[in-house]
Amino acid sequence: MSDQTKDSVDELVEVVDEDPLERDEIEDDPEERRLEAQTDEGAQQLRPMDPRTRELVLTSGQWPEVEEIDDTMILNMGPQHPSTHGVLRIMMELDGEIVLRAKPVIGYLHTGMEKTGEELTYVQGSTNVTRMDYASPLSNELVFSMAVERLLDVELPERATWIRMLLVELNRMSSHLLFQATNGMDLGAVSMMIYGWRERELTLRLLEDITGLRMNHNFIRPGGVAADLPDGWQDDVLELCRAVERGVAEYDRLLTENPIWRERTVGVGVIDTQEALALGASGPILRSTGFAWDLRRAQPYLAYDDVDFDVIYTENGDVFDRYQIRLYEILESIKIVRQCVERMPGGDYRVQDRKITPPPRARIDESMEALIHHFKLFTEGFRVPPGETYVAIESPRGEIGCYLVSDGTAKPYRLHIRGPSFYNLQSLTPMMEDRLIADAVAVISSVDPIMGEVDR
Amino acid sequence: MADDHAEAREEDHEVGPEPPDDEVASAIVERFPGTIFADSHGQPVVYVDRAAWLEVATYLRDEQQFTQCLDVTAVDLIVASSRPEPDEVVTERFEVVANYLSHPRNRRIRVITEVPAEDPTVASLSNLYPGLNVAEREVFDMFGIEFTDHPDLTRILMPDDWIGYPLRKDDAPGRVPVTFKGDPGPR
Repeated sequence: MSDQTKDSVDELVEVVDEDPLERDEIEDDPEERRLEAQTDEGAQQLRPMDPRTRELVLTSGQWPEVEEIDDTMILNMGPQHPSTHGVLRIMMELDGEIVLRAKPVIGYLHTGMEKTGEELTYVQGSTNVTRMDYASPLSNELVFSMAVERLLDVELPERATWIRMLLVELNRMSSHLLFQATNGMDLGAVSMMIYGWRERELTLRLLEDITGLRMNHNFIRPGGVAADLPDGWQDDVLELCRAVERGVAEYDRLLTENPIWRERTVGVGVIDTQEALALGASGPILRSTGFAWDLRRAQPYLAYDDVDFDVIYTENGDVFDRYQIRLYEILESIKIVRQCVERMPGGDYRVQDRKITPPPRARIDESMEALIHHFKLFTEGFRVPPGETYVAIESPRGEIGCYLVSDGTAKPYRLHIRGPSFYNLQSLTPMMEDRLIADAVAVISSVDPIMGEVDR
Repeated sequence: MADDHAEAREEDHEVGPEPPDDEVASAIVERFPGTIFADSHGQPVVYVDRAAWLEVATYLRDEQQFTQCLDVTAVDLIVASSRPEPDEVVTERFEVVANYLSHPRNRRIRVITEVPAEDPTVASLSNLYPGLNVAEREVFDMFGIEFTDHPDLTRILMPDDWIGYPLRKDDAPGRVPVTFKGDPGPR
């Protein structure tokens, strides 16, 4: 070390030594001395200190009179957050750990599907709508196909109706199993996620056997379904029903009476019937408030007035109730699926109108007319008479509606899907208000939003 | 034979427009003059005057037990080769559509109003049915139709600084190159 640097270091030390000039002043002041704490390293001054706290110390624990100060905090949750089920973003105003206000912000998954729908023919349309609510794609296809069929005034063969009902109920099972899995994961029951996923995978495998795809099936199309059920489907379906029943019994045993689970869910995220109705909520959220409204029962479509099932509803409107409703709805769906297996009528799986559905593959080789029909259908599509209609069905998340306007061409003039999640998301606000932020994740999970359908 | 035809025509003329077979629709037609009823594939639809939009909603909610307004959406009919509404309706560029559901009476009704392109405003129903908040924001975002007295009329699906209304028929897809904020562009 050179002398020069040594000098400069000494200078520095001296500067530090000079510092206690202020300390002497403090030691002289008895009030200031009280603000010193003896530690192993000598006296430590308790600074910097909030002036109010300082006053508290000085007045020996008597809170001084202070005016209310605004110390709420705006916290942004998402859109990149594992518990927001995709790209939901929530702005929360917090007072400590309490959520004062919550506002969902959406649009991060907007891909203009309604605009795309105007550019695709009715034949292609179901490939588009099936991607909206990607956890229950068959409900989307069904509501779109039913809207088109109403404008066409087409009556479906009985077997097509029952196949649709079978598929939609299988899809309801897979959607609710997905909910059980993610709901468990969000609340820290990670083993539940694995179990839920296991049974859901079985359901998707069966749907793959029937439709050819695990998701985004494009199987329910205007005029019926794309193909008949494969050979031996009854055994596969019944086997799946047994497996899922076993699974549901397991979840029930794992969670329903579990004190940790109940602690996290009972009385959390409460909403009452009036709020739910006002906010346009439907499905399990509305049913959890003691309002037994299920479109399958109230305004039956397909063959739901022919089958026996119960509408599950509970009274408390909390996270636990929504979990229970979805759990037991799986069992009701199994009930309907079993009846479909027993009573599946024979006949055609689609309308045999060559202007709407394509001819069988084998006919194309031998019939010129069939070839022309096939070609016209997949290039131009079919024309739908002018008109407008709104069709609503009960998806696993609530009322999904399709408002369809036709101007007489082969493409929808306007295709609007009323996504249940889009409206259900609004019920987050009353559910979260004045509750702990730790419950926010439980509440989001219990609404079970699918962002593909929210943003379309 | 010629006389028979003449009689038949006369009868048709006397009958005039059919009275709506839906009790709620006929109540609306009676109460709000200028309302036109249409039976759309078995569903009751009423075309109301734009000025009566809010009043009809209030009437449906308070006096006809329509507990939910499920959906508000719009249609831009500027290039429609054939329009869906009955002939008596005075047509404009936009139609705003509201779907009501009554749980206690288990029935639906659809209320439609015509909105002109030069003054695309209509009364907001969000104060009657708070759930419509997001629906009306979506219509504003997609069609540029303004809802008066809406508590928070901002874009909902598109970015806040987006120019244009995507679901209008003159807003062609592909017209706007997809860019992101702060994107330096092609190098």
